[in-house]
Amino acid sequence: MKKTKKSGKQNIDAIESEDELYDDYDISLPEKQRNLELIIVAVIFSILCFMLIGNLAVYVKRDAQEAINNDYNPRQELLANRNVRGRIYSRDMDVLAYTKVEDDGTENRLYPYGRLFSHVVGYSTKGKTGIEYAENMNMIFSHDSLGNKITHELNEKKDWGDNVVTTLDLSLQQTASDALGVYSGAVIITEPSTGKVLAMVSKPDYDPNEIADIWDDLVEDKESSILLNRATQGMYPPGSTFKIVTALEYYRENGGDVSGYRYNCNGKFSYQGSVINCYHGSNHGSEDFKKSFAKSCNASFANIGTSLAVGSLRKTCDQLLFDKPLSTKIPYKQSSFALKDSDTMDDLLQTVIGQGHTQMSPLLLNMITCAIANKGVCMTPYVVDHVENVGGTVIKKYDPKQETVMMTVEEADFLKEIMEAVVTQGTATKLINDNYTAAGETGSAEFSSKKEDSHAWFTGFAPVDDPKVCVTIIVEGAGSGGEYAVPIAKRIFDKCMMMQ
Amino acid sequence: MAHVISDLSKYVICAFMAIYTLECLIGIIRGRKQGRGMYIRQVICMFMVHFLGFAAICLETGEPSYIIFYGFQEILLFAAIALFRVLYPEADRLLAGNMCMMLSVSFVVLTRISYEKSIRQFIIVAGSMIVGLFVPWLIKKMQFLKDLTWVYGGLGAAALAIVYILGSVTHGSNISYTIGSVTFQPSEFVKILFVFFIAGMFAKSTGFGQVCLSAVCAALHVLILVLSRDLGSAVIFFVVYLGMVFIATHNYFYLLAGLLAGAGGCFVGYKMFSHVRTRVTAWLDPWTNIDDAGYQVTQSLFAIGTGGWFGMGIYQGNPSSIPYVEKDSIFSAIAEEMGVFFAMLLIIVCLSSFLAMIKLAATLRDSFYRYVVAGLGITYIFQVFLTIGGGTKLIPLTGVTLPFVSYGGSSVLSTVILFAVVEGCFCIRESEEMQLDDV
Repeated sequence: MKKTKKSGKQNIDAIESEDELYDDYDISLPEKQRNLELIIVAVIFSILCFMLIGNLAVYVKRDAQEAINNDYNPRQELLANRNVRGRIYSRDMDVLAYTKVEDDGTENRLYPYGRLFSHVVGYSTKGKTGIEYAENMNMIFSHDSLGNKITHELNEKKDWGDNVVTTLDLSLQQTASDALGVYSGAVIITEPSTGKVLAMVSKPDYDPNEIADIWDDLVEDKESSILLNRATQGMYPPGSTFKIVTALEYYRENGGDVSGYRYNCNGKFSYQGSVINCYHGSNHGSEDFKKSFAKSCNASFANIGTSLAVGSLRKTCDQLLFDKPLSTKIPYKQSSFALKDSDTMDDLLQTVIGQGHTQMSPLLLNMITCAIANKGVCMTPYVVDHVENVGGTVIKKYDPKQETVMMTVEEADFLKEIMEAVVTQGTATKLINDNYTAAGETGSAEFSSKKEDSHAWFTGFAPVDDPKVCVTIIVEGAGSGGEYAVPIAKRIFDKCMMMQ
Repeated sequence: MAHVISDLSKYVICAFMAIYTLECLIGIIRGRKQGRGMYIRQVICMFMVHFLGFAAICLETGEPSYIIFYGFQEILLFAAIALFRVLYPEADRLLAGNMCMMLSVSFVVLTRISYEKSIRQFIIVAGSMIVGLFVPWLIKKMQFLKDLTWVYGGLGAAALAIVYILGSVTHGSNISYTIGSVTFQPSEFVKILFVFFIAGMFAKSTGFGQVCLSAVCAALHVLILVLSRDLGSAVIFFVVYLGMVFIATHNYFYLLAGLLAGAGGCFVGYKMFSHVRTRVTAWLDPWTNIDDAGYQVTQSLFAIGTGGWFGMGIYQGNPSSIPYVEKDSIFSAIAEEMGVFFAMLLIIVCLSSFLAMIKLAATLRDSFYRYVVAGLGITYIFQVFLTIGGGTKLIPLTGVTLPFVSYGGSSVLSTVILFAVVEGCFCIRESEEMQLDDV
């Protein structure tokens, strides 16, 4: 007893402050054990707090931008009252949309190119669509310089909202629109290596300057669905363009070797009571795989279809983003691959030549074509390059993003090779020229019981060795892809190559 | 000009908050070794945040009455810090500072949302402070408080039961008495009684029988709260009990059993009560229920998201669009106008208060006070987690308040008492160490 007292006293003498005494007491072993649970509790609740912080960070960084662009968010009106809605520019800074402020303070949203950009740029008064919708929040925020803000406030004027610079090219958009002419349909032009959308046309179109006046007519007119952006939301039977998918599947199921394939086409293919005819009853004669694809031979592809496994085909379609949400900010509709295990052989044969219940948007076909052109990697299509303040300082930059890997490099090369054959010896020979090479696939998608009615498809890219542009075209009810869609593609490719 | 100043002040406010938070963390790591400089820096930061907030408010509104109101607040905050320092030199200055920081943020945000409410709140805070000044003294002097275990348990359970039977229905929950014009929410105070009760139980014994007995009493509290539809408080009581059992018994089995029981309880609650299901649906997918069940959380997310990292600036946002903004969703209003970054710093300040309490618990020798401090610490931090997590869609919304910051008399008074009790325990530690010295 005496001894402990003494040592305790010595201890106190040895240390100077009460703090150190306290620390000394704290370090003794039983105390540590006693406090283990307290430490665990402290750690658990610290983790919870950092989860709060992490969750907030993720929300602000990743999800907030989309979340707040909602009609239920009353702050939109607040910001719109404070700032003049920003402009939308083409990639060369042509003004695609701007707000004109009258002397009495009334604001009008104007679109200098009228109907040329109607779907992709959209409108912002009767609800919002297109870029006007997707970039709404960015255009009503203002990151103007401090000096300007002070000046505006002193003059009791609104601040300038931030401007949106798109990836769209005015001359390409004009070419695409002219080439499509009076037909209904859609054209998408993208850059395969980045996913940049260079042009996006949908017809019939409307003049967004007059949206308030024509609104009632547009809404009532259910038949022609003018407001629908056919390029991203139109659902079409893919026709022969689906043979890209069938060819990929066949290549996969045969371990990457299709050299042994032979078929003798006499214009139709019969199997278990189903009959598949070639387009306009053409007789393609003896052909290998490449020629079957180049000539878009339905009979040969139906023959290929009989050997395919439905489950595996569906997996391939999954990988090609059928029935999958896309991460693009452009409003779109999901394409659907509708073949079930229980479906009949007839359904399978119709599906592999693109005539079954499969529904596809031009956007997805464009993405698949881009992946083929880009070594199997599909980039996310995007239409806004960056947001800048009124002075031109970049506020937010959108970088190219990889959407998914759709196929291996070998598979992409194989598809590239047979798509080149479509141009050199098949249904798209109109694209042959001295200045550049092209690859693609045509389609003539029958959409009614009358055999003559078909949508003309083309999807392809140029130049073959180093693809710079990827073009997807649909012309509604025109006829065959080779006759109606390929010439449009020709005009677009010519223009693109001239610009390079 | 006011807009621009308000726009700029948010960055400066954030910078002062960042310095304050940094000092908090240094304070927690270094414990009592740091000098007085830190506290002085913290107090300066606190007053700057308060000043800049009110400067923006006065400029935006152009109302001179706000300046007078600001003056009163300054006096109150200054008096609280000074008096506390003089009366209880041994008390923890970090905790006292954090309390004043949270209160000054509260004054700024509440004044911006509603002048009338902020005046009411100011009066309540002033009253609470006076009560709070006596509490540490009571804790220090009245050692017999340790022996009133069953009084705490009985009083608490009875208060909850009476509210359940008589209480008025507010927002679908029977959680408050109304006497005259004052609405009183007993569960806020019963939280403290409950911690004292459980601490008393375990200070006596941590044997199996005692654990069972305490579990039954805790379950009774939780059950009454669930029946009263006060889910937030029910979860807090449960978690506090679980934490205290674990700390007192050092038994991992109890923790595991408790967690399992909790999960089971959640499942049964989900199956049995439609209001629980509504909350869960609103949490899982607020966007498709944006008109009804999901309205509050989506409005809260709009506020936080539109504000972004540095906020829209005071008076530049639209916090009033969030339902119950001055109570459950005050955090979202702060994030909207003062920025998510500021709001994150606020979370760290709360966490530093909790860690200071746990550090104190670790150094207290008397197990009763040890359990009390740990229990109150868990009560505080878990309530912070519930309210912020609910508003940011991390967990379902439970409708509890953010201590010190939310509008509401019961909430502020009970949290002031909670902090004052902990400060009292700092004094207890001091006297324990004096005894050690005497040996």
